[in-house]
Amino acid sequence: MDKTINQKAWFLVLPVFLVVAFSAVLPLMTVVNYSMQDTFGNNQFFWNGVGWFKELLDPSTDLGGRFLASLGRNLFFSLVILAIEVPLGIVVALSMPREGWTVAACLIILALPLLIPWNVVGTIWQIFGRPDIGLLGYVLNAIGIDYNYVSNEVDAWVTVIVMDVWHWTSLVALLCYAGLKSIPDAYYQAAQIDGASRWAVFKAIQLPKMNRVLLIAVLLRFMDSFMIYTEPFVVTGGGPGNSTTFVSIELVKIALGQFDLGKAAALSLVYNLIILIVCWIFYTVMTNAGVERKVQVESKPAVEPKPSAGLVPVPALKPKEGVA
Amino acid sequence: MHSIPGRRLIMALFLIFLLLPIYWLVNMSFKTNAEIVSTMTLWPHTPTLQHYKRIFTDESWYSGYINSLEYVVLNTIISISVALPAAYAFSRYRFLGDKHLFFWLLSNRMAPAAVYALPFFNLYSAIGLFDTPWAVALAHCIFNVPLAVWILEGFVSGVPREIDETAFLDGYSFPRFFIKILVPLIASGIGVAAFFCFMFSWVELLLARTLTSVQAKPIAAIMTRTVSAAGMDWGLLAAAGVLTIIPGALVIWFVRNYIARGFALGRV
Repeated sequence: MDKTINQKAWFLVLPVFLVVAFSAVLPLMTVVNYSMQDTFGNNQFFWNGVGWFKELLDPSTDLGGRFLASLGRNLFFSLVILAIEVPLGIVVALSMPREGWTVAACLIILALPLLIPWNVVGTIWQIFGRPDIGLLGYVLNAIGIDYNYVSNEVDAWVTVIVMDVWHWTSLVALLCYAGLKSIPDAYYQAAQIDGASRWAVFKAIQLPKMNRVLLIAVLLRFMDSFMIYTEPFVVTGGGPGNSTTFVSIELVKIALGQFDLGKAAALSLVYNLIILIVCWIFYTVMTNAGVERKVQVESKPAVEPKPSAGLVPVPALKPKEGVA
Repeated sequence: MHSIPGRRLIMALFLIFLLLPIYWLVNMSFKTNAEIVSTMTLWPHTPTLQHYKRIFTDESWYSGYINSLEYVVLNTIISISVALPAAYAFSRYRFLGDKHLFFWLLSNRMAPAAVYALPFFNLYSAIGLFDTPWAVALAHCIFNVPLAVWILEGFVSGVPREIDETAFLDGYSFPRFFIKILVPLIASGIGVAAFFCFMFSWVELLLARTLTSVQAKPIAAIMTRTVSAAGMDWGLLAAAGVLTIIPGALVIWFVRNYIARGFALGRV
């Protein structure tokens, strides 16, 4: 269905535009302003040009070293949790019960971790993992594994990753489940007649049908893990040492801890730029996937033109496309 | 739907994995601090309600819940009311820059809160809203308004255009059509969008903590302060945590069938 062109629609979008511009563009201008200056307190600012950016991208300086190290850690973290959560989410979605009250029960339990405030998620795992009072830490130590997330880097990493898997795998599972539900039974019947194996059904029917939701799941999981702050901050505080300091934690440390406005602002801009680029790639892929799907849908009536006949709008009947 | 072998076992294991840490939190909230520190017990041997009693009687604790609810509700109302007309416009019309605007909104949903913490602090201090629920409510609009637009756009697109056209032919004015016909038709969509605004505002801490100091301090911030300052009152911390889970657990029942759609930004 073609949308009508109507510039007056801008009036409808205006409130959203103003609200988001107020909370996005205005602060961003401040950030750009700060990123070019240096401050020695007392609200005295000095022009620094692109100095901060140069420092930021040069690993030999203190700022650059910290930024690039945290960026590396963050990318590694995002890749690891994507590699775990996406396959696990698909498996869980495929394991959903077919009908009855268990479906609702499973959906609600799955969604539960998503609704817990992020710092409480951190608190839960902080308590759960402690060797003295937490079930997980206590059991691990009791069976002879030396586990302490406060002092051991590997343990800290494992804790943060398991926590994220606990927190967000449900999201992937729920999205995949929604994708699976949209597959008509006829597909499966056809597969059964053809004698397709379980694996073939998954590869030829289920995976392609989950394409779109999987794309959204990967986008959301990548973005949210790339800007993760609260949960690791509560559990490990970025430590031991700097081993779980991700970009957001580093940024807040510089901005609100040291009040180093220029450095923080430069870091913010680069950080935002990375997010924007990734976001744009996903958006393009997503809209293209949408167009392909539309083309498929539209090509169907060509075979049996009957259903589309009633839907063709009569141009003369269109009212003055008035917004107001 | 076709499913895989051993699915019941997989599902059961995964659900246990999800519930175990939550159980441990609930378990601890009913224990006395002496029991928590001294022995490892799988359920409270001397169950107590002292931690909950403390939260409900101490104003510095329960005011945190009220503050949190205040800005969450404000934010939900603002987000939905500005997003509704925009969702209609995106769904029905093409206009100059519509695609770019839509992408710009998405990119704001993805923007890291840490980037905005400091400028928000300056901005809301400058206009005198710092430490009020309004500051947090407006700040959370940066990710909730785009989300609401995306979800509602999906629902509005599900309403056939013929309904608009018939209504206009019947002489409905645009505002009247909007309130009398469109809003009732997408009521479930509005509910879902409201739920997601509520939820994302409820779980966010970084901005809420940065923009408040005393008067409007959210419960999440009060909890973190207790962890670092007052020794380790584990039982109290656990009880406060349990109480933050309850609102989400209650409302989830109403949106259980739409939850995937909301997370998928209305694109399922």
